[in-house]
Amino acid sequence: MIDLVIPAVVSCIVAFSVVFLTTPLLIQFLQKRNMAVKDMNKKEDVMVVRPGGPSIVLGIIVSEIVLYAFLQLNEIIAIIITTSAAFAIGYVDDRKVMGGWFKPVTLTIAAIPIIAFGAYDSDLAFPLFGEVQIPALYLGLILLMIPITGNTINSIDVLNGVATGFMVIASFSLSICLFIVQNYEIAIVSLPLGFVSLAFYKYHKIPSKIFPGDSGALTLGAMYGSIAIVGGVEIIAAVALLPAVINSFLFLSSVKKIVEHRQIKGKPVDHTEDFKLKATTDRTAPVTLVRLILAGGPLSEKQVGFAIFKLAIFSGILAVITAFMMGVSL
Amino acid sequence: MKSGIYGFLFAMWILILIGGGIVVTILGPIEVTGYGDANWFIGSLIKAIIAIILVVIWILVLSKMKNWIFKKEIRP
Repeated sequence: MIDLVIPAVVSCIVAFSVVFLTTPLLIQFLQKRNMAVKDMNKKEDVMVVRPGGPSIVLGIIVSEIVLYAFLQLNEIIAIIITTSAAFAIGYVDDRKVMGGWFKPVTLTIAAIPIIAFGAYDSDLAFPLFGEVQIPALYLGLILLMIPITGNTINSIDVLNGVATGFMVIASFSLSICLFIVQNYEIAIVSLPLGFVSLAFYKYHKIPSKIFPGDSGALTLGAMYGSIAIVGGVEIIAAVALLPAVINSFLFLSSVKKIVEHRQIKGKPVDHTEDFKLKATTDRTAPVTLVRLILAGGPLSEKQVGFAIFKLAIFSGILAVITAFMMGVSL
Repeated sequence: MKSGIYGFLFAMWILILIGGGIVVTILGPIEVTGYGDANWFIGSLIKAIIAIILVVIWILVLSKMKNWIFKKEIRP
């Protein structure tokens, strides 16, 4: 345990520093090439550059390579390849509009390195009831997990700072849970995800200077999913991600098919005269987490963001309780 | 409204805990014998079918719960 302190500290410093230092350079680069989109939730015509995925993935790769130099775990290689593949998939979607099938199908392929490197344990652990052996079924679970976590984080990237702020809370909750279940090596491997998200949040928080784009959101989501699998904490990870899962669940159950958000005609959220967000009464619009938060009345973008962060903290606490319950058997 | 979302979140967590118990109790003991090398495959197939049925039931329960908690907001 003590010998893991130095790799943990070094990788966290590297993860934070790389993103913190390269994101301003990326913003300048994107500004010069006019790669910007309108921030729809601002009264004035504010243009924000995207995608921020390159600095996020760079932070993850460099910090995980540092960890590999110390720990030499196959799990780290699997995480790096899967996360990089998710970044590439997101980057293609950032540059070229792809169909609704593109991300789920390609993210399924991105999960293959986890299987190829044997970086998983096919026993699925549940709180209070113990483990169940599902070797064949578990392979299917791995292939499903990466598209689900990737798209879930992508779907919550709707307001300034929400995706990265949410990821900071969810990933640090997951790291705490990994320490609780005494999976120390993977706990340390998971820490850079939180620090990368934290460094990027500095530029993504309201008012955003850069958006992560699909490349950033899928990178964060895919790494989160990979850690859940290699750490054997799939159920705990799902609990920590519940607000984002609810968002995807509400969206899918109201739309009843897998579609891109841009293909939806009805607007779930509109603006008041003073440009606060308000829920619409449009019956064709999907039900989303933001729409439900706004059902009580109009709120500013910042207030909605904090409401989502409070939900993330609540589910993080549930995840920690779940982690403690892993050690209890009925 | 926000209390409704917290309630839904908590309900999802309880459903995950209960679902885990059902999975371990039902899927755990399944073992197929008498088919030689195919035992493993048939066992996995049965487990997969039961798991899919459990997930469908889980989604249906969640859907009912969602309609009940967010009645006003979903049907304005």
